[in-house]
Amino acid sequence: MIPGSFDYHSPTSLDEAIQLLGELGEDAKILAGGHSLIPMMKLRLAEPTHLVDINGLSDLNYIKEQDGYLCIGAMTRESDLETSDLIAENYPILKDTSEVIADPLVRNLATVGGNIAHGDPANDHPATMVALNAEIVVNGPTGLLGGGKRTIPIDEFFVGPLMTALAENEILTEIRVPSPNGTSGASYKKLERKVGDYAIAGAAAALHFDGDNCSKAGIALTNVGPTPVRALEAQDALVGSLVSQEDADKAGELAADASQPVGDHRGSEEYKRAVVKALTSRAIMQAKERSGGN
Amino acid sequence: MATQSITVTINGEAKSAEVEDRLLLVHLIRDNCALTGTHIGCDTTHCGACTVLLDGTAVKSCTVFAVQANGREVTTIEGMEGEALHPLQEGFMEEHGLQCGFCTPGMIMSSKHLLDKNPEPTEEEIRWGISGNLCRCTGYQNIVKAVQYASNKLQETATEGGE
Repeated sequence: MIPGSFDYHSPTSLDEAIQLLGELGEDAKILAGGHSLIPMMKLRLAEPTHLVDINGLSDLNYIKEQDGYLCIGAMTRESDLETSDLIAENYPILKDTSEVIADPLVRNLATVGGNIAHGDPANDHPATMVALNAEIVVNGPTGLLGGGKRTIPIDEFFVGPLMTALAENEILTEIRVPSPNGTSGASYKKLERKVGDYAIAGAAAALHFDGDNCSKAGIALTNVGPTPVRALEAQDALVGSLVSQEDADKAGELAADASQPVGDHRGSEEYKRAVVKALTSRAIMQAKERSGGN
Repeated sequence: MATQSITVTINGEAKSAEVEDRLLLVHLIRDNCALTGTHIGCDTTHCGACTVLLDGTAVKSCTVFAVQANGREVTTIEGMEGEALHPLQEGFMEEHGLQCGFCTPGMIMSSKHLLDKNPEPTEEEIRWGISGNLCRCTGYQNIVKAVQYASNKLQETATEGGE
């Protein structure tokens, strides 16, 4: 399969990339890891006439803690996240997530920024980032036409299937995750038919504790709605509880109620709701265990 | 038709070509350079038959544009053999790691990257390491044994070299 024709651009700076996007308009697409875009182009589901390759912007590949946040550069490869000691120690939910994305060969090129900017509710980072209350940093043109850099709360980022709050001339440059403060733990669980497939469903849980009681909860779901689904009632039910197995199962039921799965070759609507319930409960219990609670 | 002049070092040899922007790396390798050891299996980023090393990293060459490899180094299965077969090639031979051989070049290139990162992988690490490569006839048992063979042989060679 051969993609349609396009003009290839390889800017060497962020400013140059943003300028190119402004000049080329809506027919331009950003090429990051390319492992969603290129298969879509080969199937002619996407036919951009310009590709702006940002793989030359190597200063967008970093994982660091700064000012109370974990900052992940948009061009960080999934394989970098998967093998980072900092991630394994302080943010194991992100290791959970990256190591179940596609397969190892894909993860060598696929980027964290791309996984989010693509806006696909079947992708895994979106739900994780919703549960973690991440922020998305985007850069656009400065001056009369735009304000340069802005930060978008994760709940405002995903607008619909493959649609995000990114403007045509903006580039997602960083993902910011609040660093653990006090007692907290988080986990991501995904059920897939085989390595490399999208999730039948996935559930991310991030819990904070004040003493033995849950003080704050983030629960979000993969591939059971037009965007990642935040399970608000499940979150509310956990806050104030001791997060017993019973509490986790109840939250799982509420998450299943909040999910909007569509029956397809991965399973019926009913089956997917059952999967959401089980995975949510398991993610909650692992998040609690990782918090060091009993 | 947009074209670019690119130079890619393939198996140590600089190759220059005028290519369409949309040309996939696997087609540069197979059609422009006549290195047909790299196979096209699914063409949809699933099977891993087209795996090559790009600056030492295993990638699916059906999902990279040739222009993205400009100025970089590519290693294909043809670049594995030195004066003798590479221990991975030897391992696939000794352990019966192939029947039809279609997935073998991709399996070997993925395994090369795996062993470069992790010279002594456990069986489970090998199985995860090749999970982006599909085999439809040999079965994975002997492929895993072939990678273990290569790992052992490379370790022995490294130890001998150190003495």
